Amino acid sequence: MSLSVWLGALEQGLLWGAMVLGVYLTFRVLDFPDLTVDGAFTLGAAVAAKLILSGYDPWLALLAAILGGALAGLVTGLLHTQLKVAPLLAGILTMIALYSINLRIMGQANLSLLRVETIFTGVKGYTALVPFGPALLGALLAALVLILLYLFLQTELGMGIRATGDNEQMIRSLGVNTATMKLVGLAIANALVAFSGGLIAQYQGFADIGMGIGMIIAGLAAVIIGEALVGSQTLARALLAAVIGSILYRAIISLVLRLGLPATDLKLLTSLIVVMAMAFPLVRQRLGLRALRLRSEQDAAANQRSQDL
Amino acid sequence: MLQLINVARTFNPGSVNEKVALREINLHVSPGEVVAIIGSNGAGKSTLLNVVAGVYEIEAGKVLLDGQDITRRPEHLRATWIGRVFQDPLRGTAASMTIAENLALALRRGRPRRLRRGITPAERQLFKKRLALLGLGLEDRLGTRVGLLSGGQRQALTVLMATIATPKLLLLDEHTAALDPRTARTVMELSEKIIAQHRLTTLMVTHNLEQALRAGTRTIMMHEGRIILDLSGPERMRTKVADLLKMFEQVSGSAFADDRVLLTGS
Repeated sequence: MSLSVWLGALEQGLLWGAMVLGVYLTFRVLDFPDLTVDGAFTLGAAVAAKLILSGYDPWLALLAAILGGALAGLVTGLLHTQLKVAPLLAGILTMIALYSINLRIMGQANLSLLRVETIFTGVKGYTALVPFGPALLGALLAALVLILLYLFLQTELGMGIRATGDNEQMIRSLGVNTATMKLVGLAIANALVAFSGGLIAQYQGFADIGMGIGMIIAGLAAVIIGEALVGSQTLARALLAAVIGSILYRAIISLVLRLGLPATDLKLLTSLIVVMAMAFPLVRQRLGLRALRLRSEQDAAANQRSQDL
Repeated sequence: MLQLINVARTFNPGSVNEKVALREINLHVSPGEVVAIIGSNGAGKSTLLNVVAGVYEIEAGKVLLDGQDITRRPEHLRATWIGRVFQDPLRGTAASMTIAENLALALRRGRPRRLRRGITPAERQLFKKRLALLGLGLEDRLGTRVGLLSGGQRQALTVLMATIATPKLLLLDEHTAALDPRTARTVMELSEKIIAQHRLTTLMVTHNLEQALRAGTRTIMMHEGRIILDLSGPERMRTKVADLLKMFEQVSGSAFADDRVLLTGS
């Protein structure tokens, strides 16, 4: 397999890394299965693409994407904390609403960025960096997000959010408004997702209304792969695992595509990865119990024999 | 210090499952008093604590703390003054966070959570010192996740967490009931030590009648949402567990029924 394929997987993995961190923040840290992600990713792409095409600076467009994502997360959070809508439903409601909003922002189902300046046209211009420009920029941005999130989760506010996901009753008894924590957590998570959407739109040269479909499952698959291989014993490790999981997930996808599977089968494959990862601990436990049972039966039989003698 | 005036609370009002948990509760607790609360099944002991903590709203009456009406304040705002330890050791700590992080969360009880550092080096020193007093060797394990500790260790940590930012009022809801007898005794002794040290006003629900008479300064017995007995001073000193059971039968007209009650000290 050629270098360019692996390089592509690395670039995508890094750029999708912020999205995976967002999924990690909701699913794992806040314990809130947030389906807003699918809509927020497209929202980020739509906002960034629209602003760039309107002549704004691509970095400014990214900033707007981040704010849009935060707003989407806030809506889901308000649905849940104020109207007491269940987390899954709150996320779906926002996601569906975002579909219409994204179409309105873009004005059509697809916006091309091929002939305009993006954050990547700059780095592609440096001949010294070819062909590693986009990967370096991606690594830089992923590292920045990783470090900021790591520092944030160790502030008073960040720790309040972590404790809310861990034990709501306990942290409320320590004087924390858990509704506020959920709002802040969801806003940050979806800001990360939209940031990633804005990056991907610029990277692949277009924003598409369907590009967010299944994003939540792709993010979850990456989180699970990362946890399995890197571990999640400490906070730093868990965050790193999310980004590495993101890269590995893209590598697996590239590999499978190389093997001749049509790109349209990707969603099926992603679902299967998540199902397998979720079934794994259960299967292992069952096998372990069976082994124990077999051993105790053997022991009992051996005892019986020695008594018979 | 703490005043409950005509407090009433009904669960599922108007339905077949309607249950009056508290009726016209009047209770005045002076500063420094340590009140042990006992009672039969469903007497309203835990509800009483939860009403004070703000977990449940009340239909009638008032809750005053230090003369201030806190009836309408939500739970997280009352936490500024109230430290709590639950029965289940798993409920009082965040398992995925470290010992130091849990203590840091508790140290900021009632303070706004900002973008400041979650734990300062000075705080780590404080935590080490306080943990050493528990005598469980936790002072060398600040970075250990709480989920790796035993139930007894977690409960001892929770007692420390509830008191590390000195509360005006401490609520202990059967906090040793889920522990084995030896660990329960250790945690109880630790609680009494901390309560005495800071002269904490305390409400303590217990199933141990011996303990209810021995520990603290006042004993309250509840039955069907009412306070039916209130003992303190010399009268309490003279009372024995057998007397307590007799008084209960006289006042309530039924036998003391509590599945988990302990008649002797453990």
